Amino acid sequence: MSAFQQKQAVTQTPGGHAAPGGGLYARDRAWHPAALTPPYKTSVARSPVRAPISFSTTLSEETGPVFTQDMLGPLDADLIHNYAKSPEGAIGPRIVVQGRVLDEDGRGVPHSLVEVWQANAGGRYRHKKEGYLAPLDPDFGGCGRCITDEFGNYEFRTIQPGPYPWPNGPNDWRPAHIHFSVFGRSWGQRLITQMYFDGDPMIWHCPIVGTIPSREGIESLVARLDMEATIPMDARVYRFDIVLRGRRQTLFENRMEGL
Amino acid sequence: MQRIERLKESPSQTAGPYVHIGALPNFAGIDGVYDEDLGQRMVLGAVRGEQITLRGTVYDGTGAALRDAMVEIWQADAAGLYAGQDGADPAFTGWGRQAGDMETGAFAFETVKPGAVPFRDGRMQAPHVSVWIVARGINLGLQTRIYFADEQEANAADPILARIEHRDRISTLMARPEGDGTYRFDIRLQGEAETIFFDI
Ligand SMILES: [Fe+3]
Repeated sequence: MSAFQQKQAVTQTPGGHAAPGGGLYARDRAWHPAALTPPYKTSVARSPVRAPISFSTTLSEETGPVFTQDMLGPLDADLIHNYAKSPEGAIGPRIVVQGRVLDEDGRGVPHSLVEVWQANAGGRYRHKKEGYLAPLDPDFGGCGRCITDEFGNYEFRTIQPGPYPWPNGPNDWRPAHIHFSVFGRSWGQRLITQMYFDGDPMIWHCPIVGTIPSREGIESLVARLDMEATIPMDARVYRFDIVLRGRRQTLFENRMEGL
Repeated sequence: MQRIERLKESPSQTAGPYVHIGALPNFAGIDGVYDEDLGQRMVLGAVRGEQITLRGTVYDGTGAALRDAMVEIWQADAAGLYAGQDGADPAFTGWGRQAGDMETGAFAFETVKPGAVPFRDGRMQAPHVSVWIVARGINLGLQTRIYFADEQEANAADPILARIEHRDRISTLMARPEGDGTYRFDIRLQGEAETIFFDI
């Protein structure tokens, strides 16, 4: 067993806080993209036809693995340097992405695992199946991760990804975006989404963005430029909060600090 | 009338074709950033209970295997305890993450057969594994469960299986023993034998 696995084993901490009468709020499925969204062609053969079967969450959905800071390496949240051989790091406009992971009641979700991936500044992914002709950056891998602090805050440093074309319609381009995978405190909160950039005109042309039914929903995935927090002569700051499902509270429950 | 102010969950977006870069970078060939991809090993030592292998493939509506899916599972240990609960097996993480093979789409988890865990009302649920599937073309991660075909008695008493109206579809949730501790659980996104998915 490697040191890493051992660490993983001993850092498992309580995941099961199910309280009688609790359970996760039902997911508002009309707010999320439908499974079948024909303008996004790949969804056509990959969307279940039958309605999903609902049940109130049980211990199986209310528990989940817990991740702690000590499983992270020092550069995990620094995409500019975590793959780079050169000291300058990856090419592109330097940014910091910071925000909070919250639940639907607005409480921070501590110890959430936030994993991100993205294209380089030219819009090219480091992946076997990538077909775009933009060049790879030898100093950019494209992955990063961090764990939220006790208030649900996260932060990472990266370069602004470029937009890229993709085979869907004859001329479809993805807006610049960063993919987010978020693990809150329970299995039923598991979520993958994408972050977009304030003011990008490509957002409103994208069939994947267009799977989200409402303009309000789309806007909730657009990060704000925060010039007050921006670090002079270094990096602009974008703020992006992520909301996970909340949990019903019972009147006499003594654990009110979140999931 | 007063309004109840509640935030809306962030809308889901597809994991896309490059989910491996972020979730399984070593698998994607991005070496040297993380020591090891998360969720690769669920059994960390001398684990209690029966060690099993769960094998499967995710198929689309045309019957083609998905070669870009990522599957995660979460389950109790052999005694029915989730990692973090008092007395849970310290040699078992309960959580696994695997990519489908880039050529064949096949995935496999080395795990243990879970014990029974209680339902909300205290009745017992049959041994099961929670499953989450993401891929290009899947707009919201799909939730399902693996039950075990060789647990007939427990399955017959399971409160969630009991509420499934179309009884012939229950077989889509059953992992079938193939000998040597291997169970097969294929996932069909569409078609005649579409897997039951849950809105939990
Ligand atoms: Fe992308």
